[in-house]
Amino acid sequence: MAFSLLHGVHVPHRKNTRDMAAVRMDAPKTVVIPMSMHIGAPAKPVVKVGDTVKVGTLIAEAGGFVSAPIHASVSGKVTKITDYLLSNGTTVPAVVIESDGEMTPDETIAPPVVDSRDTLLEAIKRSGVVGLGGAGFPTHVKFSVDLGRIEYLVVNCAECEPYVTSDTRTMLDRVDDMKTALVAMKTHFGIRNIVVGIESNKKAAIKSMMGLMNEVVATGECTFTVKVLPSVYPQGGEKVLIYHTVGRVVPVGKLPIDVGCIAVNCTTLAAIGAYLKTGMPLVEKCVTVDGGCVKEPGNVIVPVGTAMSEVFEFCGGLTEAPDKVIYGGPMMGITVPDTSAPILKNTNAILALSKKETKLPKTTPCIRCGRCLNTCPFGLSPAAIARAYDKRDTVALDKLGVQACMECGCCSFVCPANRPLVQTNKLAKVLLKEEKAKEDAKA
Amino acid sequence: MNTQLKLSVSPHIHSGRSTRRIMLDVLIALLPATAAGAVIFGLRSLLVVAVTVAACVGFEALFSLIAKKPIPVGDLSAAVTGLLLALNLPANIPLWQCVVGSLFAIVVVKGLFGGLGANPVNPAITARVFMLVAFATLTKAAFPTIVDTASSATPLAAEKATSLTDLLLGLHGGAIGETCAAALLLGGVYLLVRRVITWHVPVAFIGTVFLTSFIMEGMDATAALAAILSGGLLIGAIFMATDYVTSPATPWGKIIFGLGASLITFLIRYFGSYPEGVSFAILFMNILTPYISSWTRRRIFGMGGSKA
Ligand code: SF4
Ligand code: SF4
Repeated sequence: MAFSLLHGVHVPHRKNTRDMAAVRMDAPKTVVIPMSMHIGAPAKPVVKVGDTVKVGTLIAEAGGFVSAPIHASVSGKVTKITDYLLSNGTTVPAVVIESDGEMTPDETIAPPVVDSRDTLLEAIKRSGVVGLGGAGFPTHVKFSVDLGRIEYLVVNCAECEPYVTSDTRTMLDRVDDMKTALVAMKTHFGIRNIVVGIESNKKAAIKSMMGLMNEVVATGECTFTVKVLPSVYPQGGEKVLIYHTVGRVVPVGKLPIDVGCIAVNCTTLAAIGAYLKTGMPLVEKCVTVDGGCVKEPGNVIVPVGTAMSEVFEFCGGLTEAPDKVIYGGPMMGITVPDTSAPILKNTNAILALSKKETKLPKTTPCIRCGRCLNTCPFGLSPAAIARAYDKRDTVALDKLGVQACMECGCCSFVCPANRPLVQTNKLAKVLLKEEKAKEDAKA
Repeated sequence: MNTQLKLSVSPHIHSGRSTRRIMLDVLIALLPATAAGAVIFGLRSLLVVAVTVAACVGFEALFSLIAKKPIPVGDLSAAVTGLLLALNLPANIPLWQCVVGSLFAIVVVKGLFGGLGANPVNPAITARVFMLVAFATLTKAAFPTIVDTASSATPLAAEKATSLTDLLLGLHGGAIGETCAAALLLGGVYLLVRRVITWHVPVAFIGTVFLTSFIMEGMDATAALAAILSGGLLIGAIFMATDYVTSPATPWGKIIFGLGASLITFLIRYFGSYPEGVSFAILFMNILTPYISSWTRRRIFGMGGSKA
């Protein structure tokens, strides 16, 4: 490679569940489906209390362009429409469905007719698929661009977070769904170059992706590369992956499409493929259930809206009271206050971590060891950012480029003084934004 | 099961390496040099070490108490300062001078600037220089070994050369921990292996001193080797110039720091009238560190330019 790789950290892999094929759990008694499981405007409920729904029935339509529709994940009755507190502090409605235990699919479900760019885009929109790598960005929005600008479709198969193996399972068990989506995109979006970026620690998945490559290439007219990358966190960070696979730098504040790329997670692709084949929208999710407190870790296919506690129960329950329960991996995951929190569309793992796993050193003063800045993939100086933030020095913060931070957590992970660097960066970004808004208001 | 769980911002796991562990590693790395000092200069050197370390730790606790700050129990940084300072003192120094030096290091250099991480210059180095100036007559008259041996008992002076073996083993005049090159190198390797330090500062510092001496001594490799094995260069380059707080954090910053320190050492050794080269060089580069740091800041990915 003509360029050097970005920095990062060697995190423990702990991919204990990678050889465990996903098991579908039984219908939960109730599901709580928040209207915001994506970035953008919350969806608007189209059902009322007392309505009967089946698996795949539309229960909420997109609340704007950057939004996504939501479908019932169980068959049963809508019993409540309540308020749901999101982890970012805002409240959205949530549709509560009491399951009849039958999991009857909606009879109107049929594969969509896709024969053009517009019909494919519409199908993706209707599938309710959002970025399943964790971000939850509505997928149809990514492709709502001048298609001529897309030079590379980068398939994110890095799965760099410890513990999480749900993408690995997709690559092993859902190759056909991925192929359907890729072939459709190739045909109707005119995708010419497909690049799969995958970490070297996933031997079986790499083989599987090689097979996918051969099948897709056999359908003609496109290049397909499987790029095996070192297992260095955060390999799956969108901008990191694009740089390491096609060598392009996405400028700060810009999108991948600005450098001719679109990055899509492999499970997102599989979900689109499944919809194209069957017409069943995104109503269930394969999640990795792991962490030191889970009795029988594994990969479980869970209806969206199922409470975490029921999923843990399905995995044999918890062996001890966890210290933290999180959505996603331990590097970027979000803690929940209690295990009644539901599985969301973009949940790829739920972890019940023991005290031992979450042990952090004591927070002490910064000793300027430089570990944070030498590991930051983007070359930021978190220690300097923290000092500037303490002084509320927005000019310095701007110069230090804090807005480029992707909150990957490498800096906090290595800081021997356990400084809250990611947290400070988040706060500093907010401060900068407010400052800019004030300036714009003045001007 | 719905008890309140801990909420926190990511990440939720940690590399496991703490400040305390790093400081402990530095103490471990200094053990060979301490032991060598005890052998070479006698058991009194251990008394100097004990008093200096105890004084540093004590002053830190006392200062925190008076300044109403939490007492930094267990970060071990005061112990590191104490041990480094002691190893830079001669074995026959009056103990009260050790206590005064410790007071200066911990209270004046570290405490008054805001404690751990906030001191602009290295406490042990600064205290050593301070003691050299303050107790000059005393030390010169009674304890000539505190001076940089570069000017008295090493091949750099025009006197008869000490053999390289003696230099490696540390069998010549000097401070407790600075003479035994083998012990210091062993400690340096330990720090490198444990990734407490990187190679940049020591290699740039020691390498450049070697090169300049090689040229100045008329291409005499033995004399150049003698130059790097003597005069507090190794303890300075491996243990003091690599102090996180007072040296740059980026690889290039470290190389500039090492180069600068070696050039100043060279100038003082060959053209200066003052005997202490290495300490002054490091102290001076400490002061330049904030500038070096801002010159060598890493390029931010995606901000200007098309490269990483
Ligand atoms: S890693 Fe932590 S202690 Fe080291 S420089 Fe960064 S903030 Fe300071
Ligand atoms: S500063 Fe931001 S991008 Fe850099 S390591 Fe920290 S969290 Fe990651």
